[in-house]
Amino acid sequence: MSASSNLYTAAFRTTIPVMLGYVPLGIAFGVLFAELGFHWLYAGLMGVIVFAGTAQFLAVGLLANQAGLVEVFAATLLLNIRHMFYGLSLLNRFPKTGLRRWYMIFGLTDETYSLLTSTRPPAGADAVQFKFLITLYNQCSWVLGCTIGGWLGSQIEYSTAGIEFVLPALFMVLIIEQYRQVPKPSLFVAALVVGMGTLLFISRDQMLLISCALAVALLLLAKRADVWK
Amino acid sequence: MEITMSQLMVFMLVMASATFITRALPFVLFDKHSDHPFLNYLGRFLPPVLMVLLLVYSFKNETFISLDFVPELLGLMVTLVLHLLWRQPLISIVVGTAFYMLLVQTHLLG
Repeated sequence: MSASSNLYTAAFRTTIPVMLGYVPLGIAFGVLFAELGFHWLYAGLMGVIVFAGTAQFLAVGLLANQAGLVEVFAATLLLNIRHMFYGLSLLNRFPKTGLRRWYMIFGLTDETYSLLTSTRPPAGADAVQFKFLITLYNQCSWVLGCTIGGWLGSQIEYSTAGIEFVLPALFMVLIIEQYRQVPKPSLFVAALVVGMGTLLFISRDQMLLISCALAVALLLLAKRADVWK
Repeated sequence: MEITMSQLMVFMLVMASATFITRALPFVLFDKHSDHPFLNYLGRFLPPVLMVLLLVYSFKNETFISLDFVPELLGLMVTLVLHLLWRQPLISIVVGTAFYMLLVQTHLLG
C-alpha cells in the first residue's frame, strides 16, 4: 500500500468511533428537523454549512419558536462560546495558512477536537493532511446522518406539538456535562438566579443578552473576591 | 409553518457565521495570549453559567407560577435522570423530548 492511501485509511479508521456517534445523532437531528415541514435535503444542507451538533438541535427549537435572526445569532454564539476555549489549546497545532487551516477551524466540533488532540498520524505521514482528513471524514458522517434522518422524518407523520422541548432537554444535558467538569453547585445556582431574575424582573425579550452581561460582571466580581477557584 | 425557503437559508447562514466566529476567534485574536489567567478563568466558569442561562432562556415565555409548567418540569427530570444513568446525550434528549410531547399531546395532566 502506498504511503498516501495508508494515510487515508489510517485517518478513516481514526474517525470510526466518531462516525458511530455522528450518524445516529445526525439521524435524530434530521428526523426532528424534517417534522418542521422543510424538504429533507435541507437537513443535509445544514450539516454541510453549519456542522455543529448542538447548534443544529438549537436550530430546531428556534425554528419551531420562529425566533428572530438577532436571537438566532446571539443564542448560537453563547451556546458555542465553549468552543472558543478549545481553540486556544490548538493554536500551535494547526497550519498557519492555507485553505485547509480555515476548513479545519470551520470543522472544529467537540468530537473533532477530541480526536485531533488525542491521536497521532502514522509515522512519516503528512500531519496536516491527517488532521484535515479527520475533520473531513467527521463532517461526511455528520452530513450522512442528517440526510438519512431528514429523509426518515419526511416518511413518517406525527404531531409535532411540544417538539420545541428539544431545546431545554439539550441544555439540561449540557448543564450536567458542565457540572462534571466544574462541580460547584453555588455557581449553577447563581447563574439560575441571574437568569430567572432577568427574565421575571427585567426583560423577557432581551433576557439572553442582559443576563449574559450580568453574569460576566458577576464572574469578574467573584474573581476579585476569590469566590470560585 | 410560515417560514419560506429563503428565510431558512438566511437562518442557516446566520447560524453558520455565529458558529464559525466562535471557532475562529481564538485563532484570530488570542494567538499570543493563550495562557492569560483571565482567559483561563472565563474559559472555566463562563460555559457552565451560559448553559444555565440558555436553559432559562428556552422557557422565556413561561410564567412558572401555574400548573402549566408541570410538563416542562417532568420533561426536565426525565432528561436529567436518563443522562445521569447512561450519559448518552442522544437518548437523554430524544426520550426527554418524546416524553414531554406525549404529556402535552395527550393532556395527561389536564
